[in-house]
Amino acid sequence: MDILITGILLGGTYALIAMGLNLQYGVARIMNLANGEMLVAGAFAAFWTYTAGQVSPILSILFVAPLAFAANWIIYRIILMPLIKRAKNQGQLEVDSILATFGMGFAFVGIMVATFGADYFSYDYLGDGILIIGNTFALSRIVAFAAAVVICGLLYLWLFWSRPGTAVRAVAVNPQAAGLVGINVRRVSALAFALGGSLTAVGGGLISTFLTLDASIGVLFTMKALIIVIMGGVGDVRGVIVAALILGLAETAVATLIDPGLTLAAAYLIFILVLLFRPQGLFGKPTS
Amino acid sequence: MKRRTALKLAAASLVAGSLAIGTAQAGDTVKIGAVAPKTGPLAGGSTVTHWPNIHLWVHEVNARGGLKLKDGRKKIELIEYDDQTNPGVHIKAAQRLATQDKVDFIVAPYGTGFNLASAPIYAKHGYPQIAVSAISDKIPELTKRYPGIFFTLGSTTSFASAVSDILTKMRADGKMGSKIAMVNVADAFGIELAETARPIFKKAGFEIVYDKSYPLGTQDLSPIMKGAKASKPDAFVAWSYPPDTFGLTKQAITQNLDVKAFYTAVATCFPAYGKVFGKSIEGNLGAGGVDPTTPAMKAYRKAHMEVTGKPADGWASANTYVSLQVLEQAIEGVGSVDRKAVTQYIKDNTFKTIMGDIDFVDQVSHRFWTVGQWQGGEFYGVASKGMPNAKPVILKKGWK
Repeated sequence: MDILITGILLGGTYALIAMGLNLQYGVARIMNLANGEMLVAGAFAAFWTYTAGQVSPILSILFVAPLAFAANWIIYRIILMPLIKRAKNQGQLEVDSILATFGMGFAFVGIMVATFGADYFSYDYLGDGILIIGNTFALSRIVAFAAAVVICGLLYLWLFWSRPGTAVRAVAVNPQAAGLVGINVRRVSALAFALGGSLTAVGGGLISTFLTLDASIGVLFTMKALIIVIMGGVGDVRGVIVAALILGLAETAVATLIDPGLTLAAAYLIFILVLLFRPQGLFGKPTS
Repeated sequence: MKRRTALKLAAASLVAGSLAIGTAQAGDTVKIGAVAPKTGPLAGGSTVTHWPNIHLWVHEVNARGGLKLKDGRKKIELIEYDDQTNPGVHIKAAQRLATQDKVDFIVAPYGTGFNLASAPIYAKHGYPQIAVSAISDKIPELTKRYPGIFFTLGSTTSFASAVSDILTKMRADGKMGSKIAMVNVADAFGIELAETARPIFKKAGFEIVYDKSYPLGTQDLSPIMKGAKASKPDAFVAWSYPPDTFGLTKQAITQNLDVKAFYTAVATCFPAYGKVFGKSIEGNLGAGGVDPTTPAMKAYRKAHMEVTGKPADGWASANTYVSLQVLEQAIEGVGSVDRKAVTQYIKDNTFKTIMGDIDFVDQVSHRFWTVGQWQGGEFYGVASKGMPNAKPVILKKGWK
């Protein structure tokens, strides 16, 4: 029971980390390797508001989300648009975007180090234990999980029940066909990229309540997000949620029942198995 | 078109800026190089412990007018490079300092692995290497192979033995049992320490009831803390790195781990650790320690805060500054930048530093703090090799 709850809480954390990259890669077709740095930037903002302004990091979401949206929109328009315009096919765009965002990641780390310093930053917010069915869990993780549920729920509703959301899904499925039915693919992609970046920054703010981060730690999160996005099937929100939950449960089970040292091995093993038997991911469409 | 040129200019200036941050001063100077992480996994630690002390030392020496040599006073020209916590980049930067920038001396690197990796370069060009953050059991062979390397923080065995000794003392005083829960980060540092500590703990009569490792960067340490708690230990020892030091402490608070001794390794001595946790970490043990009551340490910590804007940490900050004091006094003692003479001077003499008199026996200094404890909001040294005024160790009494 303890494993179940802990695993689900961890799955919620992972979903927060991966949801943004899913939108950026699945819809805008940008393999954003600087995703982790956006996460850390959001975490910095939350840290700032809490330590300097004594404002709850949850409230920092109110200004981090639009700021991150705007910043990612600008990045898409200025740095990534030229790549998209000159890419002759999706494969070339992926390679170009990997290289570009890889370099972008280093630039971000440098800017963050110059602005905030390279120190670790951590704070204690809602760190008390909450007793649920005889086991103790950190309140901050529960709050982050609740926020993840709300965010993923809202995103799901928007994607499946609203017109712009359906347009986003259409572009994810087939950009050429979407263009043919009158969807402004460029605009939708920019929207998805910016929204993805905004989600990532918000996720960073939430996880900073219980993790210790520094300017250089982004790459670890990019790697985790990548596994989850590919495992869940690129472009599908449900896939990310399911994959995140599976990963969270598996890692917790392995850490509790077998050995905490094998959590990474277990995660990558699941990843390999999914790719072997279902290369398009759990919810992805088989490549024709 | 304009956008692209603007981008290119910005990119070029970023690249140029990141390569070398050194102030070029005209005239006679003593060139000193430093390569250490400013980005990458070890950047958090080096930003607290390593870089501020280099800047503080250069600032103070230059404020005095520079190093006093036979042919007059010469200011220090510091050349810094970021090694990105990447040994390959570090080696290249060290080579560049030696062959292109032609520095007179290089400040020893941050991190055991980096000290070991760059030792051949220092040896080849005759630079004395006063290593601080280098803890290894290979010290006897290293000092034989590299006549210019000096060690100041002891070996892996003395590091682990110190923890065992403190726990043995707490047990002998009748206040603690014999069960230890031990965890380690699955990185060279943690693995070596765990392997070294196991036989030492056993020999001291302790029973290791929980013995697990976890990958670097684990996002959820609660299964480990819950498993450790279930084994009903009397003491908890973690050979941990900064992110997990913070994470394990947070978990211990959440789970209300009831132990009489709680030890986390790296970063327990950081001022940030004390700031984040406040009173909950009263009685927490960690690597290092200082005696903050001596006038020399008080003055040093005040200067550190004023010049660098951040507080010194409770362990290797002082040692780093001491290593630079040794270098400074050796250069002034010889009166020139003759590396061979300076290296010999370091071997032959005793130095007056903020940690007292330091000298090297077979290139090893035997005066350093090993274990520290948070008492009353300050991280005091409770165990050492050769340092006076260790504070008596107290028991951990809950997390409130």
